Amino acid sequence: MKALQSLDDEQQVALLFLILFGLLGLASIAAFLRSLRPQDTAEIERHERLLRDLRAVWIGASVFWLSWLSGPAGATLLFGVLSLIALREFITLAHTRRSDHRGLILAFFIVLPMQYLLVALRSFDLFTVFIPVYVFLAIPVLSAMAGDPERFLERNAKIQWGVMVCVFGLSHAPALLLLEFPKYQGRGAFLLFFLVMATGAAQIVQELASRWLRRRPVARRIDRSFSFRAWMAGALGGAVVGGLLFWITPMTWWQAMAWAFLVGACGSLGDFVMRALKKDAGVRYWGNQSSVTGAVGLLDRVAPLCFAAPVFFHSVRWYSSLNP
Amino acid sequence: MTIAVKVMGMLVSFVARLVTGAQGHWKGCPPEALQRIYFANHQSHLDWVLIWAALPNDLRVRTRPIAARDYWTASSFKHWLTREVFHAVYVSRQRTDDQDPLEPLAEALQHGDSLVIFPEGTRSNKGEPQPFKSGLYHLAEQFPGVQLIPVWIDNVQRVMPKGEVVPVPILCTATFGAPMQLQPGEDKRAFLERARRAVIALRPSAS
Repeated sequence: MKALQSLDDEQQVALLFLILFGLLGLASIAAFLRSLRPQDTAEIERHERLLRDLRAVWIGASVFWLSWLSGPAGATLLFGVLSLIALREFITLAHTRRSDHRGLILAFFIVLPMQYLLVALRSFDLFTVFIPVYVFLAIPVLSAMAGDPERFLERNAKIQWGVMVCVFGLSHAPALLLLEFPKYQGRGAFLLFFLVMATGAAQIVQELASRWLRRRPVARRIDRSFSFRAWMAGALGGAVVGGLLFWITPMTWWQAMAWAFLVGACGSLGDFVMRALKKDAGVRYWGNQSSVTGAVGLLDRVAPLCFAAPVFFHSVRWYSSLNP
Repeated sequence: MTIAVKVMGMLVSFVARLVTGAQGHWKGCPPEALQRIYFANHQSHLDWVLIWAALPNDLRVRTRPIAARDYWTASSFKHWLTREVFHAVYVSRQRTDDQDPLEPLAEALQHGDSLVIFPEGTRSNKGEPQPFKSGLYHLAEQFPGVQLIPVWIDNVQRVMPKGEVVPVPILCTATFGAPMQLQPGEDKRAFLERARRAVIALRPSAS
C-alpha cells in the first residue's frame, strides 16, 4: 500500500482506470461466454437484461474517463448535461400542468446553469443554500403569478423535489472535484472516483444479495427485492471496495470504509425512492423498453449518486474542518 | 449550399433530441424505407419536427411534410428551411375552383416520396383528436399501394403550450402503428373514423 501511495497522481489515475476497464472487460467476456451456451427463454431474457446493464456501465465508465481527461471544467459541464437529462426525465414523469411552464423555464434555464456555475466558481457556501433556500422561495412565487390555484402546493413540491434531487444532489459530484483539502490539493477527482465506485459496488452487491437471501421485502408494493438485510449487505460491499481504495483518499483505511458504508447505504436508499416514483408514474422498467413516454433510463442510474453525493460532500467537508 | 443544409438539418435534429428526446416507438411496423403516408394527431407546431427527428436518416430524406404556401414562403429563411432541409410539399390554403388542393400531394406520391399529414387540419389540445378531414381518404383511394401508418405523438403540447415562446425540455414519443388500408367498398366516413381510432389506440396508457 505504501508503494501505491508513493505513485504520482497521473500513475494512480492510469492504474485506477486500468483496473476499472479490466474488470469491465472480464465481465463482458464472461457474459459473452455464457451466451454461447444453449438457453431457455427465461434465461435469455435475464441475459439480455444483464447485457443492457453491462452496456450502461461501459458507457458510464467511458463518460467518466472522458470527464477525467477534460479536467474540472469539462467534468462540471458533463454533470450539468447529465442533470439536464435527469431533470427532463423527472419532469416528464411528474405530469406538470400548463401553468407550471414559467416555473419549469426557471428550473431548466436559470437554476440549473446557475448551480453549476457556482460549482465552477467554487463558491461552496452559496452553492449549498442556493436551491434549498432561494429557489425554494422563488418557484412558488413564480407559480402563483401564473394564476392557477389548482393543486398549488402539490405542483410546487414536485418541481422543488425534482430540482433538489436532479440538480442540487447531482451537482455535488463535480463539487467534490473542486473541493480543496489541506495537504490534498488538486486531488478532489479521486474523491469523486471513490464515491462512484462505492455507490456502484453497493448497488451491485445489494442486487446479488437480494437474489440469494430472499428475505421479506420492506415495502412489497414499491420494490419486491428491497430488504433490510440486502441493503446492509450492499452497504458492506461498498465499504469493502471503499477500504480497498483508501490509498487514493486523504483518509485512513477504516475511515474510508466507514464513509463508503455511508454512501453505499444512501445510494441504495436513493434507488429505492426512485422505484416508488416510477411505480407512481406507471413505469415497469426504465430504459427504452417501456411504452410509457418519458423513461429513457438515466434517472434511475444517477439516483444513487444524487442521494449519496450531498451526504458524502457535506460530511467530508465537516470532517476536514474538524481536522485542519 | 449543401453544407449549410446538412448543418441546419443536424442542428434541428440535435435540438429536437435535446429538448424532447424524440423517441420513436415502432410498435406496428419496422422503420423501413417503404413508400408510406404517416398520419398523426396534431397538437403543436413541433409535431412535424418530432416525427422527422424520430425517423432514421435514410427515411428522413424521402419523407416530406405539408406546408402552407402563404406562411412558409413568406420570408426567405422560412422558404429555405422548408424547401431545402425538410423538402416540404407546399399547398395553398385559398381554394380555387380549377385546382384540386390534393394535387401537390399526389404529385409527391407519384414521385415515390413518403408524406406526413395531420388529417385533423388544425391543432387540437382537447385530448382526443378532432374528426379527420377527407384528404386522407382520397389519397388512400388514389394510391392503394402506399402504406398508411397511424402515428400518435405524445407530450408535445407540454413542451410548448399555446402562447408560450420558450420550450421546456420534456420527453416526447412518436408511436408508429400497424399499416392500414382502405377496404374495398368502405365508406368515406367509416374509413376516416377507423383511421382516427387507429391513431387514438396508440396513445400510451399512463398519459
